[in-house]
Amino acid sequence: MWESLPPIAQQLIITVIKVTILLGFVGVNFLFLVWMERKISARMQSRVGPYSVGKHGSLQLLADGVKMLSKEDVRPATADRWIWTLAPLVTFFPAVMLYTTIPISPNWTVGSDLNIGLVYLAAISSFTLVGIFMAGWGSNNKYSLLGSMRAAAQLLAYEIPLVVSVLGVVMMAGSLNLRDIVDAQQNAWYLFPQILGFIVFFIAGLAELNRAPFDMAEAEQELVAGYFTEYSGIRWGLFLWAEYTNMFTISALATLLFLGGWHGPPFLPPVVWFMIKSYCLVFVMMWIRWTLPRVRIDQLMDLGWKFLLPVSLLNMLITGIFVVMR
Amino acid sequence: MGTGATRMADRQEAMADKDMARGVVLQPQDTETMEQAIRRRFEAEELDRRERMTINFGPQHPSTHGVLRVLLTVEGETIIDAQPDIGYLHRNWEKIVEGWTYPMVIPFSDRNDYLAAIANEQVITGAIEKLLELEIPERAQLLRVLVFELQRIASHLIWFGTFGMDSGAVTPFLLAFRDREMCYTLFEKLTGARLLYNYLRIGGLRNDVPPGWLDELKEFLDHLEHESLPEFINLLIKNEIFIHRVKGVGYISPEDAVAWGASGPVLRGSGVKWDLRKVDPYLPYDRFEFDIPVETGGDAHARCLVRIREMQESIKIIRQVLDQLEDGPVMAKLPRAIRPPKGEVYHRVESPRGETGVYLISDGSTKPYRIHWRAPSLIHLQMLPKLAKNHLLADLVIIIGSIDIVLGEVDR
Repeated sequence: MWESLPPIAQQLIITVIKVTILLGFVGVNFLFLVWMERKISARMQSRVGPYSVGKHGSLQLLADGVKMLSKEDVRPATADRWIWTLAPLVTFFPAVMLYTTIPISPNWTVGSDLNIGLVYLAAISSFTLVGIFMAGWGSNNKYSLLGSMRAAAQLLAYEIPLVVSVLGVVMMAGSLNLRDIVDAQQNAWYLFPQILGFIVFFIAGLAELNRAPFDMAEAEQELVAGYFTEYSGIRWGLFLWAEYTNMFTISALATLLFLGGWHGPPFLPPVVWFMIKSYCLVFVMMWIRWTLPRVRIDQLMDLGWKFLLPVSLLNMLITGIFVVMR
Repeated sequence: MGTGATRMADRQEAMADKDMARGVVLQPQDTETMEQAIRRRFEAEELDRRERMTINFGPQHPSTHGVLRVLLTVEGETIIDAQPDIGYLHRNWEKIVEGWTYPMVIPFSDRNDYLAAIANEQVITGAIEKLLELEIPERAQLLRVLVFELQRIASHLIWFGTFGMDSGAVTPFLLAFRDREMCYTLFEKLTGARLLYNYLRIGGLRNDVPPGWLDELKEFLDHLEHESLPEFINLLIKNEIFIHRVKGVGYISPEDAVAWGASGPVLRGSGVKWDLRKVDPYLPYDRFEFDIPVETGGDAHARCLVRIREMQESIKIIRQVLDQLEDGPVMAKLPRAIRPPKGEVYHRVESPRGETGVYLISDGSTKPYRIHWRAPSLIHLQMLPKLAKNHLLADLVIIIGSIDIVLGEVDR
């Protein structure tokens, strides 16, 4: 039966199955991360967190999803209709697109195993900003506008250190392909030779995600809800979904680049190692969020341009010297 | 680029002339609203205001600590002008109580500074007792000190939580509220209410402490002193990001603080050592040993440190009260109807927010002839335009948090 199908149909069926798995993972991962964040924050604040829907509140997010979907779809009368409507989608799709090139085990990538995977990731991840800016501009709300302006300034200040910090790893591995980079870490993680790079990557990653302490774009205490002030229901849910999805992407990327990807003692399968490492980094992000106050926008710019960028350049220089000497 | 810079310079020059008018609260004329007043001034200044934006900050904004409305004029995120617009919680307190007898005034006075109800009760009962020249029993006096200091702790805990929240840290907020709950549970056991107690009476207290209450209080104090406060300090006060956020924000010089009539932690944060508990003792405060925390920074950070140390001093005072407490009555003998003699009185106490006072005129009847409430929050709020000027939007939230206003007291 399978052999009798033309090759193009075989390809198509495989792709459809892969995409279904991808979307399924994106959804389940989102539900799990939100539940995890709520539980972790509750632990840190001597609370219990969600408890009544499902065991330990595990199904709370499904209930929330139903609630979000069944809410009235409110569009502000003054909003720019198309920009406002498209913004959540434009924010959400890059988040899913990022997943396609992330290899999660030695022989499994959801989409295609690009030989310039890292460049693709860096390019697509900045796309999120377009959506955020559309939301801020299209809402026709002053708080939204301020939030999206902050997001734009912030992304400029952090995208560059983020990419430069990764270059050290690329130089050591001699490849832009994520699989090659992981294979190069067979014996030793890049975390230790690239410790500066990792620190810069992680901080810049937090800022890129708009996560506390760099959640300037949605700073509740200052801008009400920043760029998604005017969104409610599932549209707001899509922003949240994109945020958590990106959070996992950055963690996964840090795992692949610095923490040896799926390499680990052989008593667990590679994909499990990969997931454990990624979720540990996600946990650290949540830990940071529920511990630290928010930095101010000018301090954030200072940190990006005056600290992270020079440090990442320095890291690149040092790595370059070592690679040449080797 | 060049033209932009020139235009900026022109504008700054033009602004310099009008600068004197800024930093004070705008007075709307006649029936004009606040927005119209701001627009009128915009037009009067004839400045290039294409880059300028008016933002309506509140009354439903999440971090205005109640129903404060601030009309902000911003350029980008820099605040050029901040005009507080109050009155959303006006209850006409001062007029209504003119028709009520003196004992009826006390529960309504609770609602003024609803986070420090005991302080309000202390003000109003103290004023009436002053008119009556009434001596209240020893035990009642000591218990008043005790509940007053406990109230100060509760109020400062809320301040700590919300101030942490203003700076973007959510966890300190919930931790502070956990301890505040313990505090309020103690109040509930003592008075039957959690927020607005109606506990102080003219001539003493409504009831003595229930059995075992003092031990529970001791437990709470131990918990607060040895576990919670060090935790708060480590979690937030010593945090590098937090220090960066609050240092240098909302500076008030000692001269300004005195000139504007600031009091309480705001005044002491500017380096002026002035505390009514020492300067004008209204309860037997002279019997206790405690320090007046003073910081010379004058900024939000200094005010923050003052409040944290005040909590520690309050714990110290309560412990001394517990040592000195002896059995006895808690209520003086009083006639059925309270008729203070004709006269005027001003009574003030050091509430958690500053000098809370009442000016009371009695015409010899059972009802007050006129009551005026001096609310420290209102006086501190008037400094807001001056404090917020040239700061960023994020700093405004910190400034409002650091002067610790309660809108119930501002609007009355």
